[in-house]
This record gives sequence, structure tokens and C-alpha cells, in this order.
Amino acid sequence: MAASSAVRASVTFTQRFVRVFPDCSICPLHRLNLCTGSAGASFSAPSVSASGDCQKEDTQEQVVHVVFIDRSGRRKSVKAKVGDNALYLAHKHGIDLEGACEASLACSTCHVYVKSEFCDKLPAPEEREDDMLDMAPMLQENSRLGCQIILTPELDGIELTLPKVTRNFYVDGHVPKPH
Amino acid sequence: MIINSITKSVAKINGLSRAAGWRGLSSASGPRVCVVGGGPAGFYTAQQLLKARQDTLVDIYERLPVPFGLVRFGVAPDHPEVKNVINTFTQTAHHERCSFHGNVNVGKDVSVEELRQAYHAVVLSNGAEANRPMGIPGENLSGVFAAKDFVGWYNGIPANKELCPDLSCETAVILGQGNVALDVARILLSPLEMLKTTDITQHALNALAGSGIRRVLIVGRRGPLQIACTIKELRELGNLPNSRAEMLLGDFEGIEETLKDLPRPRKRLTELLMKAVNGGDNKAEKSWSFRFCRSPVEVLAGADGKRAAGIRLALNNLEGSGENARAVPTHQLEDVNCGLIISSIGYKSIPIDPAVPFDHRRSVVPNDMGRVHDTPGLYCSGWVKRGPTGVIATTMNDSFDTARVILQDMETGQLDLSIKKPGAQAISSLLQTRGVRTVLFSEWEKINTEEERRGKPHGKPREKLLDVEEMLQIAWS
Repeated sequence: MAASSAVRASVTFTQRFVRVFPDCSICPLHRLNLCTGSAGASFSAPSVSASGDCQKEDTQEQVVHVVFIDRSGRRKSVKAKVGDNALYLAHKHGIDLEGACEASLACSTCHVYVKSEFCDKLPAPEEREDDMLDMAPMLQENSRLGCQIILTPELDGIELTLPKVTRNFYVDGHVPKPH
Repeated sequence: MIINSITKSVAKINGLSRAAGWRGLSSASGPRVCVVGGGPAGFYTAQQLLKARQDTLVDIYERLPVPFGLVRFGVAPDHPEVKNVINTFTQTAHHERCSFHGNVNVGKDVSVEELRQAYHAVVLSNGAEANRPMGIPGENLSGVFAAKDFVGWYNGIPANKELCPDLSCETAVILGQGNVALDVARILLSPLEMLKTTDITQHALNALAGSGIRRVLIVGRRGPLQIACTIKELRELGNLPNSRAEMLLGDFEGIEETLKDLPRPRKRLTELLMKAVNGGDNKAEKSWSFRFCRSPVEVLAGADGKRAAGIRLALNNLEGSGENARAVPTHQLEDVNCGLIISSIGYKSIPIDPAVPFDHRRSVVPNDMGRVHDTPGLYCSGWVKRGPTGVIATTMNDSFDTARVILQDMETGQLDLSIKKPGAQAISSLLQTRGVRTVLFSEWEKINTEEERRGKPHGKPREKLLDVEEMLQIAWS
């Protein structure tokens, strides 16, 4: 019981539906063809490049380091791969970023601040993203929707900060611990 | 009294297997929270309470047999992506420490006081079920509708199924310039092909197929800089095939110069509105326009004295500027001929239980950060707490706020968790003695499956059931 509680505590809400017999049909990862098929995989299988470079270097090229800064200011470094979607990356690592409309540009709940030096490395937002951003509280110059950030090698080292959107956040960042 | 005796005999009551929608938990010592209302506020509050502690048990009570509130009944049929949030709520309902109880009318079948006795905390998330009246003569004439009811009619609210609006006239006037007003305008003007594959109710689709409406005026009491809608909805109106905008250039005098100082969202919205001044395709058969600085003062009846044939508007001056500008009526009047009038000036919460404090001026439950005044253990989230404005994300953030306050109160001892509370077992037993049978989430899923099945032959995601009795019959089959 204690062990399973510990496991549950470390699993994000979105991952809770992966039970003994996972129901892929309701999982956003599946619906968006982003499912890696296994829970912890952050690296794609190493491949040998055409020029025959060593496998280790190829694996490194696929990795994009991302830092999430959550609503209490805590930093979490994660390893992602090129092509990963920042919203689902956040979910995979237990970062508390909502994605109410499931990446369909119909809400602003995945609003993040992008570290300024990476802003220009992202493609400019399309009009629909700007329309949704307009509804996000505490909009800033470096605001983007997490579901529209697709990781590329140029974004290695990117930092994404979750806005402190609620009025009632604990001033000292205290998070209540389960008893 | 009743709750105490039931608590004592809980062990003896075997017929409560229906109450135990949870999967046989042995840890009955955690906090028990009751959420009143199965819409976005209720589900988001529940989600946070379940996530933050491993021992919270949350029960969601909902009046209808079907969950999801305005996500099901308010969001426009042509905005299906906005409804994706239902998947998040479904996950919450499936959580082993959460149970959903539909078909329970809190205030009538069970009182808030009885809930407070059975739970450590009760959260009111029952939203805004009434509408703000215009308060003008002629408001009750045939052909005048509250937007809440009109939307309820095309979105399948059981209470609105007999609305039968007459759409044979040429001009419709909508009072209000928020997203609900724009949704109504868009549904009235959308080509049928666009609506046919949505979850709009079939009777609304049939009525719209025979609609004579060609012109929609969207009337607001203030100016272009105060419109309450958001840019996506305005853009959609502009993109409607076979419809053109008919704006008055004069309404935008002096606006251009103010643009550069506006915050980004207001600036982009106003720029888009000004683009519409140039009209569009003259061959378009239908039109929409915004009319500013006008307030309704009377609905004018036609020859028979029973149906609306027009609306009398007073012209306003604007005092002040920006979001706080005020409309000050002048004596100038203007009559507009129209056969359909839809008042979209706001939803309104009403008190559901006399024991709960209620602010009748603001039509909300008086509270401090979600803690209901003078009532320890009672909280609120969503529209009943803050008033009926905002999108789903607004309600989400607000619900998270309330959940945090509740968790804080659990931590500090404001909520005494050492007292054992019986939770759903006591309430289910009470409801049973009152002849009320609840709808479990798995039973809603039977309704859901049936709706999807009925939609298939029409190429629609679902055909909503409109009759509560039919919903119950399918749920309990």
C-alpha cells in the first residue's frame, strides 16, 4: 500500500489513466501521435548516420535539454528529444501545466514564459495562437503556448517558466505535503 | 441528528453498495470533501484536491443526470476543441478517490447543512443558472429570449427543449456584445453545412434550416473599446461564408489614435473590429453589425399585441474611457424593426439553499478567497463565487485557488480532520429514504454511448438526449 502510494504520488494526473490495461483511446499522447509507447523513454534509438559517425554522437544530437520553472519557482531539468511537444513533455515529467483543449489552440491554459534568448529561435506564433494568448492572464512579451513549442536542436537549454496565475499562491512557495 | 445516527449505523447498512462507487478503499481516515455542481468549476476543484493529497476523498453532486455543465450546454456546437476538457474531467471522475453522483438536487433533495455534517468541507460550484433580465416593458412578448435559453435550446438543455423560437423574421437583434452574443449571432448566420456535423440539437438544426433571418444586429450600451467578446469569436464572425459586416464608420471616430496605447489584447481586438468597417462581399446574402452606445428601453409589439415586432433603443453618451467607461442615457431614441430579440446581458447565480449566505446585489455567494462568509467548512468556486464571466481557463484558475485555500485550511487545522465524517455513505442513505436514486459516472457513460450512437447516422458526434426521464431510463437500464 505504501509503495503504491509512493508511486502514485510521483505520477502526474495525466498519466493516471495508464493503468494495468491502458486505454490508449483517451490519452492525448496517442491522439496526437506523440506516444513513445513506453513511459520513460526520452531518447530515440541511436542510429548510425550516413557518414558513419559514432553512435554516441548521434544520440547526443537528438537530445534537447529543457528546464521547466514551476509555479513555486522550482527548477526541473529534463531531457527531451527533437520533435517533442513542450506541453506533453511537461506532463511526462510531472510539471503542473494544464492543457485543457489538448493542443488544439482553443484555450490558454498551457501558457508559459520563454527565456528571452530563445524567443527568436521559435517560429513566430500563428494568428490563432496570438488570439489565445490574448486571453491569458499576465501576458508578457515572451509568452507562448506550451502546446505550440516543438523542440529543435537550437532550443537546447531552453527555459520555460509557468506563470503564477492564481491570486492565492503560497507566498513562500510552500506546497502542502500529504500526511 | 439524522447524520449522527446514520454514522453510527454505517456498518450495518449493507444496501449502500451503490454508494461505494469507489473501488473499496480501506483508508477511510482522510478528508472528505463534497463538491456541489458537476461543471468545470466542480471538476477542476476536485482535480486539485485529489492531486495535492493522497488521502482526500471527493464526491461531486450534480443536479442533472449528465455532467460537465456549461462545457456541455454552453460551449457552442462549432467549438468542439473547447470541449476536449471533458477528457480531463472524465479522468477526474474515474479517479479511485472520486465519485460522481448525478440526479441530485442540492437544496431540494438534500440540504447544504446535511452535506456539511457529512463532509469535512463542502464546495459550492453550482454556477449561474438564471439570467439577468433587461427589466423593460415588452420583455415577455413572444419572440424575446434570454441568450441562456436560446443557447440552451440549441445545446440541448432539457428545460429549454420546448423553446420553439420563431425564426421566420428577417432581422434579429442581440443585446450584449460578449462571447455568448457572438456565439448566438454565428449560429444564426452559419451555413447549415457547417452546423450539420456538430452536436447541435436536431430540432435547432431543423429550425435553422427554415430560418428567414438575414440580418443580425449586435447591440451594446457602450462603445467599440468596451466590447466584451474575445478576438477568436470576432474573427469567426468575419470569416462566415455568405455574410458581410455592416459597421458604421462614424462609430469609430477617434478610435484609431488611441490604438497604440491599448494593451495588446484590446488593441488586436479593436484593429480587427475596424477592419470589418470595410464591409466585405456585397454579394453576401446575410449581414451582421455592431451597434454601439444603445440600451434597450422597450420591446415593441406588433399589431396583435402579442409578438415582438421591434425594439426601442436609447442612445447613450460615454463618460470616462477604457474598461471603466460608463454609458449615460440621453433622451434620444431609435426604433429597430425586428422579429427576434435575444438578450445576452449576463447569466446570474441564484441561491439554492436558504442556509447559505447570498449577496443579492452582486448575485454571488459572499466569500473571502473562496471561504464562504460566516460559514466554516463551506467554500465556493467558479461563477457562483466570482460572478458569471470568463472562459474555462478563468474558472480553472479560480477553482485551483479555492482548492488551495481548502488544502491550506486542512494543513492549519481550520478544518478539523480528526473528526470522522461519513461522506457519501450517509448522503446516499438519506437520498434513498427520500426516494432519490443517483446516477453514477458509469451510468452517465451509458447515456454518453447512446448519444454517440444516435449521432452516427447523421454524421454528428452525438445526438443529445433532451429528456431527463429518458436519460434516467438509459442510465439505470
